[in-house]
Amino acid sequence: MTTDPGAPAAPTDGTYHLRLYVAGQSPKSVRAVENLRRVCEEHLAGRYTIELVDLVEHPHLARGDEIIAVPTLVRKLPEPMRRIIGDLSDTEKVLVGLQLREDRSGP
Amino acid sequence: MTSSHVRPHVPNAARPGLAKSPTGIRGFDELTGGGLPSGRPTLVTGGAGSGKTQFGLEFLVRGAEDFGEPGVLLAFEESATDLADNAASLGFDLPALEAAGRLVVDAVQLDPHEIVTTGDFDLDGLFIRLAAAVQSVGGKRVVLDTIEVLFAALDNEAIVRAEFTRLLRWLKDQGLTTVITGERGREGELTRFGIEEYVSDCVIVLDHRVRDELATRRLRIVKYRGSSHGTNEYPFLIRDRGLMVWPLTEVALTYGASTERVSVGVPELDDMLRGGVYAGSAVLVSGTAGTGKTTLAAQAVEAACARGEKALFVSFEESPAQIVRNMASVGIDLGRWVDAGLLRLWGERATAFGLEAHLDRFEQLLDETTPSLAVLDSVGSLTHVGAGAEVTSTISRELDLLKSRGITAMLTSLIHEGQGESSAAAVSSLIDTWILLRNAESDGERNRLLFVIKSRGTAHSNQVREFRMTDGGIRLLDVVVGPTGILTGSARARQVAETGAAAATRGADLERRRLAFDHRAAEVEAEIALLRERLASQRAELEGMAVETERDDSARAALQSSMARRREHAQAARDGAGGQDDPT
Repeated sequence: MTTDPGAPAAPTDGTYHLRLYVAGQSPKSVRAVENLRRVCEEHLAGRYTIELVDLVEHPHLARGDEIIAVPTLVRKLPEPMRRIIGDLSDTEKVLVGLQLREDRSGP
Repeated sequence: MTSSHVRPHVPNAARPGLAKSPTGIRGFDELTGGGLPSGRPTLVTGGAGSGKTQFGLEFLVRGAEDFGEPGVLLAFEESATDLADNAASLGFDLPALEAAGRLVVDAVQLDPHEIVTTGDFDLDGLFIRLAAAVQSVGGKRVVLDTIEVLFAALDNEAIVRAEFTRLLRWLKDQGLTTVITGERGREGELTRFGIEEYVSDCVIVLDHRVRDELATRRLRIVKYRGSSHGTNEYPFLIRDRGLMVWPLTEVALTYGASTERVSVGVPELDDMLRGGVYAGSAVLVSGTAGTGKTTLAAQAVEAACARGEKALFVSFEESPAQIVRNMASVGIDLGRWVDAGLLRLWGERATAFGLEAHLDRFEQLLDETTPSLAVLDSVGSLTHVGAGAEVTSTISRELDLLKSRGITAMLTSLIHEGQGESSAAAVSSLIDTWILLRNAESDGERNRLLFVIKSRGTAHSNQVREFRMTDGGIRLLDVVVGPTGILTGSARARQVAETGAAAATRGADLERRRLAFDHRAAEVEAEIALLRERLASQRAELEGMAVETERDDSARAALQSSMARRREHAQAARDGAGGQDDPT
């Protein structure tokens, strides 16, 4: 597990606590990590933390956040909890999923 | 063709190479010849509330408890608390099994509204979770309930399908016997997402339908690769002791046969049956309304309890209180046997539950009561519940339960007027002794007749007997045959009276004839006396005549001799101066 704290000066109430579940060093996992860092730097600079969980090393952690698919990004804070499944290649969808942007694809 | 390989007929259950894992579900393992295919996935599909989750639960719990096979339940629909409650309603304690390390319940919460998918993913999370759970308990069995939730929750169907295929392969590679539940799709589709295409070994369909306002559950084995299986729909039940499938058509005839005879409580009927019925045999008492079927059954119960045996009386028509009251009116006090703990009276409306539920409760009653005699009054009531064939198979199942436990069975059956004996014919082959009660109507009254139609293994009486309910229970009267056939009731009484009168008349006649004879004899005697008298007088007359004749003769002789002497005298006188001795 690697912890990557974002900008330490950020106020707690605006901070995004994100946790990314992956399984080993698969291309999907690597892509997801890269995509997440990029999106965070562009849209949440200084107010996010990322926790990276490798289920191959810590299989019992899958139950806690109801993980069935990998990669899965979980937004722990702010509430409510959100999940984004996939390699996060579609930035628009990631932003909608993190509720950083209105869903303009709309129904 | 001696070289050709002749395969002996081996039941599939015993065919090598196809190992089966028992589910422990009552009736199901018999139906499939051993259970589900070991180390392979089975799809159990059905609509909402059809019992597929319960099927999976029992498969897991029995495996862990009875077959030494720990398991993992991966649930996608219900929470762990709901599952524990669900299992508790079947009599299973999931938390206890988990605590004992024989079961893992992993309830996966998937809310499609809080899930967004973007880009490529796989279900390694699920694999890892499952593998960890299986490893933690040394699992041999897995239930995935209901996997199709994944298809709805994750909007990339292509990936889910591919991952599902991979999951099935993984489960097989691990040698895990798996039950996958599926939601029944639209008409003609076994599952909503067509996952039956991927499960090729065994597919079971559960159905919950309402017919004639009565809910019934059915189980059908659609596919079972490498194994023969019944293709029928089998009724099944969800009970508080797990599921139960009724392979109704598969009643085996394997019970023993007792040679001990037991009284049916009516001495005259026992005599007709040469000492009663065989212990553990089945007796059917059929008859039209009001012929005394229930009373006859109660009399048998009375006799059994009086011998100190236990009895079970199941009534579909009356409450226990009614039975006790009604039987007391004919002098049968069942209440005291209930109080003594020998008799269990059980009343239920046959229509209240399905036939399977009835059978289940009946078996439970037998387990609790362990009777030597069981009465079912009346099995005809079951026809309100199901179709003819179902009722017949239910009755045969009841008899099977009784015979396999060596319990003497007494069934009553209502025959409708004019229907004759045929209505009971359907179950007749299952019956050892068949007693028919019939009303005979004549002279403005109804009387009851009793016949023994058949009694297997018994040289039973062929007589028709009049059957009477008295304050002291049932009596059978000797047969009275009149010029027009069997006589009953007042006709019988009249015949008996007439026979008596005729006898009296004959007696009087004899007396009269005897007197007449005596009279005649006296007359004859008198005549004889008269004749004798007449004879005697004739003899006297005759004798008188003889005496007279003799006197005349002697007088004549005397005269002659005196004359001769006189002549001699005179001669002498002439010759010599007369004779001195001349009396004259």
